[in-house]
Amino acid sequence: MVSGGSGRHDAIIVGAGHNGLVAACYLARAGLDVLVLERNPYIGGAAVSRRLYDGFTYSNCSYVCSLLRTEIIRELNLPGYGLQIIPYEGGCTMMRDGGHLALYHNHDALRREIARHSRRDAESYERYLRDMLRQCRFIKPLLLREPPDPTSFKPRDIRELLYLGKHFHRLGEQRMYDTVRFWTMSCADFLDEYFESEIVKAHLAGSSIIGTALGPRSPGTAYVLLHHYMGNIDGAVGAWGFARGGMGAVTQALAASFQASGGSIRSGAPVERILVRNGRACGVVLESGEELLARIVVSNLDVRRTFLDIMNANDLPEEFVSQVRNFKIRGSSGKLNIALDGLPHFPAIPHGSPSIRGDLHVTDSIEMLERAYDDWKEGRWSRAPYIDMLMPSQIDPTLTPAGKHYMSVFVQYCPYKLADGEWDAARRQAFGRTVIDTIAEHSPDFKDLILHAEIRTPWDLENEVGLTEGNIFQGELTFDQLLFNRPIPGYAQYRAPVRGMYMCGSSTHPGGGVMGAPGANAAGAILRDLGRAH
Amino acid sequence: MLTESEPHYRQPLLKTPFHERARALSQVDSFIPWAGYTTVDVFSFVEQEYFAIRNASTLYDLTPMVKYRIDGRDALRYLNRLMTRDIGKLKVGRVAYSVWCNDAGHLIDDGTVFRLGDTEYRLCTGERQLDWLLDSALGFDLQIDEVTEETAALAVQGPTSCAVLKNMGLGGIERLKPFELAHFALPAAIASDAQIMVSRTGFTGDLGYELWMRPEDAEAVWDALMEAGRYCAIRPIGSRALNMARIEAGFVLPNVDFVSGERTLRAGTERSPIELGLGWLVDLNKGHFTGRRALLEEQRRGPRRQLVGLDIEGNKPAHNALLYADKAGRRQIGSVSSATWSPTCKRNIALAMVDVPYIETGSTLWAEIYLNRELVWERRMARTHVVERPFFAPERRRLSPPADY
Amino acid sequence: MSGASAGNASYDCLVIGGGHNGLVCAAYLARGGRSVLVLEAASQVGGAAITREFAPGFKVSACAHLLHLMPGSLIKDLGLDARGLQLAAAHMRTTAIAPDCPPLPIDAHDPTLLAARSAADAAALPAYRARLRRLAEALYPVLDTATPRLGTESWQDRASWLRIGWRIRRLGRRDMRELLRIGGMCVQDLLDEHFETPLLKGALGFDAVLGTSAGPRSPGSVFPLLYRMAAEVQGGSALAQPVGGLGALSDSLARAALAAGAAIRTSATVERIMVRDDRAAGVILKSGEQITATNVISNADPKTTFLQLLGGEYLDTGFVRRIAHLRARGVTAKLHLALNRLPQFTGLSDSALAGRLLLAPSLDYVERAFNHAKYREFSAAPIAEITVPTVNDASLAPAGRHVLSAVVQYAPYELAGGWQNERQRFVDLVIDALERCAPGLRASVEAVELLSPPDIEREFRISGGHWHHAELALDQFFIVRPVPGAAQYRTPIGGLYLCGAGCHPGGGVMGIAGRNAARALMREAA
Repeated sequence: MVSGGSGRHDAIIVGAGHNGLVAACYLARAGLDVLVLERNPYIGGAAVSRRLYDGFTYSNCSYVCSLLRTEIIRELNLPGYGLQIIPYEGGCTMMRDGGHLALYHNHDALRREIARHSRRDAESYERYLRDMLRQCRFIKPLLLREPPDPTSFKPRDIRELLYLGKHFHRLGEQRMYDTVRFWTMSCADFLDEYFESEIVKAHLAGSSIIGTALGPRSPGTAYVLLHHYMGNIDGAVGAWGFARGGMGAVTQALAASFQASGGSIRSGAPVERILVRNGRACGVVLESGEELLARIVVSNLDVRRTFLDIMNANDLPEEFVSQVRNFKIRGSSGKLNIALDGLPHFPAIPHGSPSIRGDLHVTDSIEMLERAYDDWKEGRWSRAPYIDMLMPSQIDPTLTPAGKHYMSVFVQYCPYKLADGEWDAARRQAFGRTVIDTIAEHSPDFKDLILHAEIRTPWDLENEVGLTEGNIFQGELTFDQLLFNRPIPGYAQYRAPVRGMYMCGSSTHPGGGVMGAPGANAAGAILRDLGRAH
Repeated sequence: MLTESEPHYRQPLLKTPFHERARALSQVDSFIPWAGYTTVDVFSFVEQEYFAIRNASTLYDLTPMVKYRIDGRDALRYLNRLMTRDIGKLKVGRVAYSVWCNDAGHLIDDGTVFRLGDTEYRLCTGERQLDWLLDSALGFDLQIDEVTEETAALAVQGPTSCAVLKNMGLGGIERLKPFELAHFALPAAIASDAQIMVSRTGFTGDLGYELWMRPEDAEAVWDALMEAGRYCAIRPIGSRALNMARIEAGFVLPNVDFVSGERTLRAGTERSPIELGLGWLVDLNKGHFTGRRALLEEQRRGPRRQLVGLDIEGNKPAHNALLYADKAGRRQIGSVSSATWSPTCKRNIALAMVDVPYIETGSTLWAEIYLNRELVWERRMARTHVVERPFFAPERRRLSPPADY
Repeated sequence: MSGASAGNASYDCLVIGGGHNGLVCAAYLARGGRSVLVLEAASQVGGAAITREFAPGFKVSACAHLLHLMPGSLIKDLGLDARGLQLAAAHMRTTAIAPDCPPLPIDAHDPTLLAARSAADAAALPAYRARLRRLAEALYPVLDTATPRLGTESWQDRASWLRIGWRIRRLGRRDMRELLRIGGMCVQDLLDEHFETPLLKGALGFDAVLGTSAGPRSPGSVFPLLYRMAAEVQGGSALAQPVGGLGALSDSLARAALAAGAAIRTSATVERIMVRDDRAAGVILKSGEQITATNVISNADPKTTFLQLLGGEYLDTGFVRRIAHLRARGVTAKLHLALNRLPQFTGLSDSALAGRLLLAPSLDYVERAFNHAKYREFSAAPIAEITVPTVNDASLAPAGRHVLSAVVQYAPYELAGGWQNERQRFVDLVIDALERCAPGLRASVEAVELLSPPDIEREFRISGGHWHHAELALDQFFIVRPVPGAAQYRTPIGGLYLCGAGCHPGGGVMGIAGRNAARALMREAA
């Protein structure tokens, strides 16, 4: 990686995750001299492609793409730097009794598929889709905007509040109520308003719990469902896809775009402390002792790491620090990355069905998902976990040797802290066994095909990637931590309580997922403060 | 070749019982999906198919029409609460065209209601509606079943259609009046011990019938009709030709002239029956029905826009044309939803949604039409007049008994 | 109790159901000069706020057993003090109890015991209470009036929104931010931010989940607490127990209604609401008798009102769909024990026994209890709000004997095994749980009555047996309670109003819904 030189930079960005890089790109494009510092010897944060087993590339943290804002992809010319996102084909939920529900892209195939379980649900699905799309249309313009401070009388805040009000008002009376209800509902209650079939509800509910420390019956999970739905690929709202070459392709393209704008990145450069002098952030000290100075410092780390670990509490308001301590950032997900000697057979998936190339789940009902959550509350990994597994190597030829496959297995729930002790090698193996056994129940040849498996608990995610408690969203997506409450009420506008210091990670609005919006919004706030047009 | 036994994820579209016959007669292999079935768009040549509707007889496969059997003690109360028309006036053996709305008085769909018995009705619609129909049934004692797959349907339309059915052996068919239905025993040569239901209904605005039968009788009925119609110039038609006829007849089509009020994503794109010129189907005095209070309010306020018929200068159909109040195109006042050259009327006609006050018959509007001059595109503002609908309404469609041609 | 005989006379207003909200509504309407008839299906008025004999000589308040949410202004307006409402106890204390753990008073009366357990908690509690109280005070005016509609052109609605916005802004920046943050938060997170003692947190969290199908970890569970505090802020009494039980309150409300000129008919079950020309025109009784009126106000729950009394044919499909999806399945049961002696709770003082006892040893315990309700099971280790009303009011039981009244969760309306088969097991489970805190209790039980949600549904005609008529959750609160289109006490049918707990601001013996409904009707007709 290119070294940044030793003079004072315009901006230092701590952390080369996707949001850090997005922010860096926008700042560099505005003409700033920007240095990105990354602790790990590789960049990308949780959007990485890694060769952890001979000849296999793993997207070993985040594994699929949909939320990355189209505006960012275009403005930063990411396709020009090699980013290709290929939508995958539907998906399938397998039940313990051998039954399944597949989701097909073709409208008529999907209707007939759902009708196998309930004729009525096949038609209610249209109403469900309509209401999800209506919510997507509502939220989309809010993602790339700085949330207003509702307590402020500043013209900009009042203007933004009025914008919000007008945007809401345009829905018309009935849809305004629908929206109020949607944002406060549990996913289970929401789905009950449409469907009667357990498997249809369970299939859709999966997206409402991924990454959260909530169950499908927890109010607010309808929003989490939307959070996984509001992306798009080439205009297909709600579609998900693979980045060719693994998720690292996203951050590699960002890094290339950044460097083309004149920015520099130093990896293997862990930040020990953010320097604050005279109430102003003025640079960082690396663990090596090296001091790097900058006019502004932007942290891509989550707020707990940023303010509790690499800043001095004395530099921050006391109440703010206690609010940061109370910021909810709970690890609830595990991950397995598995190298397979061939394509495993799933008897539940009909021969010739394209759903094998989509996301595969195992669950029977919302109750099963909720019980998996109850396990998490008790400090143990789910005995019957919810699994979201994909084999991108069926579509992406770059990931594995021919004929072999890479399987990404996302597991909900897995706690950061276990009730019966610390995570250790034996417990990690036991967790992995639970997951592999669960998959093997649906695939008789699965175990025999395993060449290598990387097992990642929230604890591993924290230690390797730096996500506190291994929370993939850098903070729970609950009402008290969304919009103008994210991350901390009064500090939702990317500015830290120290002058010259900004936040750009997923801890900020609009939250997690490989979206890039926090990074872009943070850059907007910085440029405005510097008096430059965004 | 894929077969009927192919699973839905390989072959999402279903085939109607007439599919093999249609495929055999299809010359240009032009099929389109309709409500989950694959159906013929064009058999041979659109204009010839079209003229068969206005000159002879045509067969059109109606099987994909979604059919619901509604039966039970509360069926009438239920339908009256669902529909904008007074279904109480519908006698056994008759059919009514009606529409239904959501709470906001926005049109969901249109369809035909057949009264088959005291408490038994059939509803035929272009799109699936089970979700809405079942939610509407809450608190009513009745049974709703979709019978689309159990009932094959064929439209026989055109000036010679009555003669064809007589030839086929449906004795007394000439006594069937518009919007009446009757059951006939199929001649033994076609099927033994089988009945066929015939209604004098259709989507062409011409003399015509719709035949409802068991799927297992479908091919025999098709063959018998083709045989019986041989001297009446019968021919199968696809959706393209039918669409020309329905525009001439001034009928609206869902997803073309309006989007169901239960499907729209944007606020303000819904349409009420009053706006669609279907106010005559709305009986605000029959008692409550879904959307009535909203429609009362709309009636009080007056509609903001309305579907009108247009006569456009030139001969280029004004597909999707924007409409302006002035030739300069400064003030947009509507857009065209359906357009065709009418070979019978020799007029360039269209259905369009137009803002008040430009909806009055005789108003002059301007349509923005793009003309393809050997791939050099030109924009033309075509003078357009609001005219009465239907554009074409032959006497024979109502005549009872009908003539043989 | 009976007023003028009704015959076929026509009234300005018919009130269906003589529950406390129906009676409050009738009283305000009559005071506003309307001719009013209240129709009550049971043989006595009061709905679920009645006192009844559950075993020979033993009487108890059937559902709610404490009075604390009814606004002082309402009690004063209707002159309830002069009409027989007397308090056997007021400013009752709250004590957290748990097996194997000394009781802990959690109110402001006596901070010393708490301080002995955790100095930090004792220090944090007053500030916590004061802040919640400030937030609750800002919210009270929202409860006390019909909710404004969204997106209308009406200047009244807009003014109302501005008023609400202004109330919240007036809290000041810090409190306003806190309100916007915790409004949708789960009570466990809130309490974990402030306290460390499990017993204290369990008991404070109890009030947030009481009567709702939520656990302390359910997001949004702070808001029922705020709502309860908001009502308490203006309450005419702190925690209080009326002489003669809650039935005495209902009787005084009935007297107030009669005194204002309303008539009341008991044992008059309404079968249907009559509709003419798209307006409510009166009711038909089960007896076949028809009573006509200009307005009909239903104290029944929304599902009963719209789906049974009115019927879908007068309503639009989308509206009926919303009513059908209204979540209204109770999780709260009531257990009444007739005791041959005063229960002996280990370590509990006499004055504490005269108050209310909360069995909710920790938030984890409460959450685990809630887990079962999600799967149509009742809690293996239930939580309970317990009073021994006979301590304050000896008239409720034969001399020397006592009544224990317990609100118990979680007891879901739909039980996998069916209540018929499972009720005895549930009763045993609850008595066992109480026995662990009050050894010897079981031996002193002479008679038992359980009101499970299906019992409440049957006896009090509340669809789903839910105390609040409809689940108290953010998606069923305020502008969307009970459903959009009926959230301002008006319904889609002209002349038909709602006044029960299913409306804003919800249940509890509060009477605000009844008063708001009467005001909405009179404003409209004016």
